[in-house]
Amino acid sequence: MIDILLFAFLMLTALGILRLRDLFAAAMLSSLFSLLAASLFMVMDAVDVAFTEAAVGAGISTILMLATLAITKRQEKARKRQLRPGPALLVLACGAMLIYGTLDMPHFGTADAPVHTYLAPRYLEVSPIEVGPPNIVTSVLASYRGYDTFGETTVVFAAAVGVLLLLGGRRRFRDAGWDITMGVDLREVQEIVARRQEGLKLPEGDP
Amino acid sequence: METIVSNFLGLYNYWAVVVLMMMGLYVLTAERNLVKKVIGLNIFQMSVIMFYISMAKIKDGTAPIIVDGARDTVYSNPLPHVLMLTAIVVGIGTTALALALVVRIHEEFGTIEEDEIQEQEGRG
Repeated sequence: MIDILLFAFLMLTALGILRLRDLFAAAMLSSLFSLLAASLFMVMDAVDVAFTEAAVGAGISTILMLATLAITKRQEKARKRQLRPGPALLVLACGAMLIYGTLDMPHFGTADAPVHTYLAPRYLEVSPIEVGPPNIVTSVLASYRGYDTFGETTVVFAAAVGVLLLLGGRRRFRDAGWDITMGVDLREVQEIVARRQEGLKLPEGDP
Repeated sequence: METIVSNFLGLYNYWAVVVLMMMGLYVLTAERNLVKKVIGLNIFQMSVIMFYISMAKIKDGTAPIIVDGARDTVYSNPLPHVLMLTAIVVGIGTTALALALVVRIHEEFGTIEEDEIQEQEGRG
């Protein structure tokens, strides 16, 4: 019952994001969306996914979004709100196909659905003996599917490098009008350092 | 009629996921603001993750953490959980990269609206 309620809240939040013109509010709603999704994961027994979503979705991605809005613009351009026929048609077609596809899916919560018959029982039975931790998600993540996790960290590393390449570099900061020296004149600093060194001059030849 | 009702009672999770996915896809394709597009991408992504997690759920099951001595406990399927854990973390990577691109686009064009950028491109 509670999952139906949470699904309804999720849809309402998504609808709010769709309608809002204030990007700041949309970012906050997307954070709320993540939090609701995390609650729903919790209800569906995916505790690890829930806390990852709460930390990453509701936390980090909101911070990134707000930082982006601080640098760019807070408000969406005011334009006449109308349903765009092309995208609407595409979305409806995709939705109809997907609904049709779900019609012969096993019902929600069925214990003998095909998903549960292969591999999962083995993990549940032997992973506490083979790997150790009582939390099976941990043992699958770190041991049985260790290469997956390795690939994931590689992707995150690649994304981090990409972000740094896009935003890094002093020239770019200067072009954007940012003062990364925080108002300190570098030449002045050099002068002070030089004078200090003059005063503390070491005897020559000393290593 | 009866099949529709029984289907709704059994398939509502998938249908909710489909509706969320439709909203995400609409925001992604129809919105002209780039930050809004990124949010739409997040909604879309979340719907896919929700789909997998709802497949993993077993009625009256519990989180897949083994409790000593509990004999006939039903555990939900841990495998989709692992896969979606990876998907969430990769998702934040794509979001960060997309937002970095938005910042660069704003530096270059002074706007984050798709149509204004296309206008400038056409002129330039």
